[in-house]
Amino acid sequence: MSDVLAVVEHRRGELRPVSLELLSAGSEIAEDLGGEFHVAVLGGPVEKYAERLNREGVDCIHTVANGSEFNHDVYVETVGALCEDLAPDVLLAPHTVNGLDYVPAVAVDREMSLVTDVMEVEIEDGEDDEDDEADQHLVATRGFFESKVRAPVTVDEWPVALTVRPGEWPSADGVEDVEVRPFDYSVSAESIGSTVEGYEAAGKSDVDITAADFLIGVGRGVESKADLSLIEELASVTDATIGASRPLVDRGWFESGRQIGQSGKTVSPDVYLAVGISGAIQHVSGIKNADRIVAVNTDPHAPIFDLADLAIVGDLYDVIPALIEKLR
Amino acid sequence: MKVLVTFAEVAAVADNFEIEDGAVADRYLEYDLNEWDEYALEEAVLLREAGVADEVVTLTIGPRQSEDTIRMALAKGADRAIRIWDDSLEDGALEDVTTRAALMAPVVEAEDPTLVLSGVQAADDGYAATGVALAKTLGRQWAAVVNDLSLDREAGTARVRRELEGGLEEVTTVDLPAVLTIQTGINDPRYASLRGLQEARQQEIEVHTPAELGLDEDILTPTLHRGEMSEPTPRGDTEYVEGEPTDQAEAMADLFADAEVIEE
Repeated sequence: MSDVLAVVEHRRGELRPVSLELLSAGSEIAEDLGGEFHVAVLGGPVEKYAERLNREGVDCIHTVANGSEFNHDVYVETVGALCEDLAPDVLLAPHTVNGLDYVPAVAVDREMSLVTDVMEVEIEDGEDDEDDEADQHLVATRGFFESKVRAPVTVDEWPVALTVRPGEWPSADGVEDVEVRPFDYSVSAESIGSTVEGYEAAGKSDVDITAADFLIGVGRGVESKADLSLIEELASVTDATIGASRPLVDRGWFESGRQIGQSGKTVSPDVYLAVGISGAIQHVSGIKNADRIVAVNTDPHAPIFDLADLAIVGDLYDVIPALIEKLR
Repeated sequence: MKVLVTFAEVAAVADNFEIEDGAVADRYLEYDLNEWDEYALEEAVLLREAGVADEVVTLTIGPRQSEDTIRMALAKGADRAIRIWDDSLEDGALEDVTTRAALMAPVVEAEDPTLVLSGVQAADDGYAATGVALAKTLGRQWAAVVNDLSLDREAGTARVRRELEGGLEEVTTVDLPAVLTIQTGINDPRYASLRGLQEARQQEIEVHTPAELGLDEDILTPTLHRGEMSEPTPRGDTEYVEGEPTDQAEAMADLFADAEVIEE
């Protein structure tokens, strides 16, 4: 009991970076609970993955050679079987598109409490008796209102399934000699109701925003498509490239190849100028490699400012013309 | 065939909000139809207009005050609307998405739609898990984060594109009936017409309490408790530039020059 099981994520032959962050989160929680930390990897070249998962804090790696890529039916069944076998108090998975596609189903199947998109986890001892394990609570902190605020969520009932926000924990390091245990499990044909047929690249673009030294990102603060001329003028004066946040791509103002963020491109310019972008987590995850970030936004609480080197609290319709004037 | 759209009324916080008694003060909250659900609703209405679906029903968990938002969905093309509510739900039971799924499941079972469309997430809490939890509760198939959808009624399947990270998409076929969570950008949601709004005002909204749906009171006992809200601690090294736009422009120009992305 008191064990933690983390299910890592991989795609097309590579472990995804969030998997190593998951190992840090998992070993931290296991230590707080005083239990063991188990890691599972499902599908694909599992032995190769297991070598990379051989990290500090991991007690056992379970490999399940079953299929090559993610399929939610296979994951729900297999992770359910692993939970049956190991009876973990905490199930951890990344808060990713695939995490979202199976963890809620496991939680329903196994009657686990579910908290998603978690940024911090603490174990609190009960007030009555500090040694009483059953009286421990898990407290998961997460964002609300597009991460403008955060709040702890206290979970009353074990076991708990958590999806962990990428980028919140460091990647686990250190090579340990961790036991690798193959888990033999075959999924019944009746439980498969979905087939992954393949992958496709989303929209192409004639401009490579990932190559830009000076990138201007435009967001919802720009009120109409016609107003983009203001940004184009700034880009022409500064010789910068223009990218966009998701809402503007959704509106059809930009081709999807210009989209910056989780579902678009990860960029690494010398300077990133965010204009009218509030800084939703999906956007922010795409600009973390920028050298310097300048943000213009009317809302002093905009999460983008937290990441910015220079915060310009003001109306882009005043600030950008002044900037063009200054630089011309 | 019938399409059921689950949608939520969500609160957005205004600029310059304040936290009082551990929560965002009510006067800074603006209520609206959840953005992701708008795309789900539009997708359903498009299916009906294409002759694939013959009825679009919406399902909302929400108090009476959410009826304005529900009427907005009717005005945008939903045929009928169902609302689930009991004041006891205000005590925190809805923090748990599996409880939301359990509340919706009896209605979906009774309506028996071929397709349930739900937004990927709610803008206010962002759990992004209700649709998949609902599918599993019902024992139906599902797909999360869908940005393209086509149905093969003869084969009894839906072919979807799931938007993965980094500009990659997965093509998947799922058996019908299914629950799909819809990503923004899949279509171009319409505005409600004036006539639509007037007609929606007359329409009846079917209301059920959890007890009427035969739900055990046990499942309404909250097991997740949201604590006091706080603003994220700033990293600390952000430099805020106050003053006139010209002063702000100067600070920006200095940084650009220092980073050598412009010539001085």
